[in-house]
Amino acid sequence: MSKLTFDQLQETLYAEELSNGLQVYVLPKKGFNKTFATFTTKYGSIDNHFTPLGKDEKTRVPDGIAHFLEHKMFDDEEGDVFQQFSKQGASANAFTSFTRTAYLFSSTMNVKDNLETLMNFVQKPYFTDESVEKEKGIIEQEIKMYEDNPDWQNFFGLLTAMYQNHPVSIDIAGTVDSIMKTTKELLYTCYETFYHPSNMVLFIVGNVVPDEVMEQVKNNQKAKTFAKPEEIKRFFESESSEVSTKKKVIPMPVNTGKCLVGIKDKNPNRSGEDLLRHELSLQLVLEMMFGQSSTNYQSLYEEGLIDDSFSFDYTAEQGFGFSVIGGDSNDPELLASRIEEMVKDFIEQPIDQEAIDRIRKKKIGYFLKAMNSPEFIANQFTRYRFNDMDLFHVIPMLESLTLEQLKETMKEHFTLDTQMSQCIVKSEDSTNSND
Amino acid sequence: MNQEPVIHFQSGSINVHYIPSTTFKTNTFVIQLKAPLAKDTVTKRAILPQVLQSGSEDYPTRLALRSALEDLYGASLQGDIVKKGENQIMSFRMDIANEKFLKDNTPLMEQGLKLLSSVFLHPKISNNQFDDKILSDEIRTHRQKIASIFDDKMRFANKRLTEEMCKNEPFGLHVLGEEKDLDAIDSKNLFEYYQQVLQNDQIDFYIMGDMNHDDLKEMIEKYFMITRNETTTNTNNNSPDSSANQQSREPREVVEEQEIQQGKLHLGYRTNVTYGDQEYFALQLFNGIFGGFSHSKLFINVREKASLAYYAASRIESMKGLLIVMAGIESNKYDEATSIIFKQMEDMQNGEFTEEDIEQTKAVFKNQILETMDSPRGRIELEYQNEVGVGRIPLEEWMTRIDEVTKEDIVQVASKIQLDTTYFLKGKEESANE
Repeated sequence: MSKLTFDQLQETLYAEELSNGLQVYVLPKKGFNKTFATFTTKYGSIDNHFTPLGKDEKTRVPDGIAHFLEHKMFDDEEGDVFQQFSKQGASANAFTSFTRTAYLFSSTMNVKDNLETLMNFVQKPYFTDESVEKEKGIIEQEIKMYEDNPDWQNFFGLLTAMYQNHPVSIDIAGTVDSIMKTTKELLYTCYETFYHPSNMVLFIVGNVVPDEVMEQVKNNQKAKTFAKPEEIKRFFESESSEVSTKKKVIPMPVNTGKCLVGIKDKNPNRSGEDLLRHELSLQLVLEMMFGQSSTNYQSLYEEGLIDDSFSFDYTAEQGFGFSVIGGDSNDPELLASRIEEMVKDFIEQPIDQEAIDRIRKKKIGYFLKAMNSPEFIANQFTRYRFNDMDLFHVIPMLESLTLEQLKETMKEHFTLDTQMSQCIVKSEDSTNSND
Repeated sequence: MNQEPVIHFQSGSINVHYIPSTTFKTNTFVIQLKAPLAKDTVTKRAILPQVLQSGSEDYPTRLALRSALEDLYGASLQGDIVKKGENQIMSFRMDIANEKFLKDNTPLMEQGLKLLSSVFLHPKISNNQFDDKILSDEIRTHRQKIASIFDDKMRFANKRLTEEMCKNEPFGLHVLGEEKDLDAIDSKNLFEYYQQVLQNDQIDFYIMGDMNHDDLKEMIEKYFMITRNETTTNTNNNSPDSSANQQSREPREVVEEQEIQQGKLHLGYRTNVTYGDQEYFALQLFNGIFGGFSHSKLFINVREKASLAYYAASRIESMKGLLIVMAGIESNKYDEATSIIFKQMEDMQNGEFTEEDIEQTKAVFKNQILETMDSPRGRIELEYQNEVGVGRIPLEEWMTRIDEVTKEDIVQVASKIQLDTTYFLKGKEESANE
């Protein structure tokens, strides 16, 4: 077990890679009642085309199957895993993202039992034809809930405008049609391929003794047998470096319109420190452009185009990366064109060193605040790990960013004529949309 | 239970509560102002925190204020408004880095408190009124915020249920107030209202973090001293007793239509029990077995067994004495879903649940409370319940009070629960499937 200390943050991280390939991390947190653990596979909604374990030919699976699998993992021969956790005083959950599926629990008692339950249910699939059929109705309602959610529709509308072939533009839950094609056999295929310990990370943070936890995990894993790890072959069709559609409008019966502007990365193949630098640089630049202390924010607010739903973010994983800027607006189309103008102006002007320093401070303070949250630490650490980055390098990297680097990243990212899309949600008769 | 003792002191008319803790990397300040929900003040009160955090005497614009916060290592500042029972609580909250985790260890706490004081007590005014431009911007965004409730169907259905169910009670008012009130708000009458707030509201100030108690006291007294006119009596402070004051009546059903893919079924029950009552923890355990968790009857029967919904859950409005059930279903599954829900309620009232169910729910509920204490916001909210409610239950007693609840207590509390209103927002015929 290796031990890494971070003096400034006053945190110590314990790590070990087990012989079956599972990476285990333990971060003890004094003063907390609870322990939070995530067991995550590097497998998400975009992994829909791959070579199944032990096979030679590649296969394409129905959209939304990673998420479907996440739902079905909670079934056990003895019943429902939620019941087991709650008997042990824990609350359990799971989520599926573009690139990850995570199973988690938090509890203030019976931590040992809960950790055992977590490892065992995730490593023991149990699907029947009947239970798979039953789940379809539940997921159908989950999809319909999102169909009524204009923010979600706007976001995936924007992704569809930016990406022509890449599966990032497909809704994580799939569609009502695609989930109907899911079978027990397909679920097993996906499970066998992606849930091998060598494709997974276990992170435990909270009121724990690292040696004991590590010992427990090792014993649990020793008692199980796994196939020999194989390199997972995933396939992605080639994706143009440019956006597919510049503008998309989604009619929905909303009271307030919505606008999102997206900027697509040309070269989304960074990883490690390179990706960390790129990601933090763009987040810093976006803050300077549109943060609440920017003149742009002030102008848009005074022009009556935004409210406090306005936000921006940069997201990147292997194979895709994009910025998103926008929010609710009574005139979403005007907002989109104002955002575009503002980005254009900003990249032409010199960067204000004072603003960099101020926003760097803000980011450092936010990171400290996030370190209060075991959920943030476990989820983000895992995401960073899967991209060969290190969560504990965030502050040093922020401190090291120079004006020159920011300028370079900014110039490369914001090539508006080919990389920018917008998506608007508004009601069809939006003239009287606000009564 | 990992719980530090709270230190209480007064700063003029502000009740200060300091919760020492070395667990977190930030220090947290929360100011809570309590006043009754009332038709003629609800909208003014809702917009006030927005106006205050848009500019102060020292930081006259949003830009100036936000830059100052960033300089303090991204100190966060949020003004907010929530409903607790028949009270409308206004709050200001700041989280600021503890400098011992920074390379640069310039003390941040005093600067943070000074800034918070500037926003809360030294607004941008001239001639005894707020800044016109700030107010008109905030009225515009507030109007949009109210309009946007319609776009979030779960919130919308919840608002409609509450309006229908509590038509003649203050609780029926939406916490953001009403669109139609906005035109009557001006920089003069809002400033007058602000002065009344300082004069009449019950003000509690929570501080959680790692700091020197004497320094803290000195700073609070320096920056947060409110003294009140002797002549004003605190009539506002007696919150109306919101429990059991509603006569029982026949349950009502309200159905509305919109262009939506998923119907929203919301049921409102009267529990006739509020926070501080003897039966309060029995009610919480009732809710846990019935619909509060993923092992509950609603989740198992509506979702897992009947595949009717993705979510089917219940929650308690503990300060008001309501139980709200929510489920997202196909528009044509109303009868099927309601009959399953009613059956679960009947089973609860007939005691059809096991000792094992009770133990399981106690474990999960206790866990939930302990987890809430693991965040500064959660801990402060738990403490504050004892300042808002009519009754008080010291936090250290909670665990034993939960353990003491018996099956009879839960059946007893279940028998008091009455259905009041069923609200269903369904899809229009043409967009409904099948």
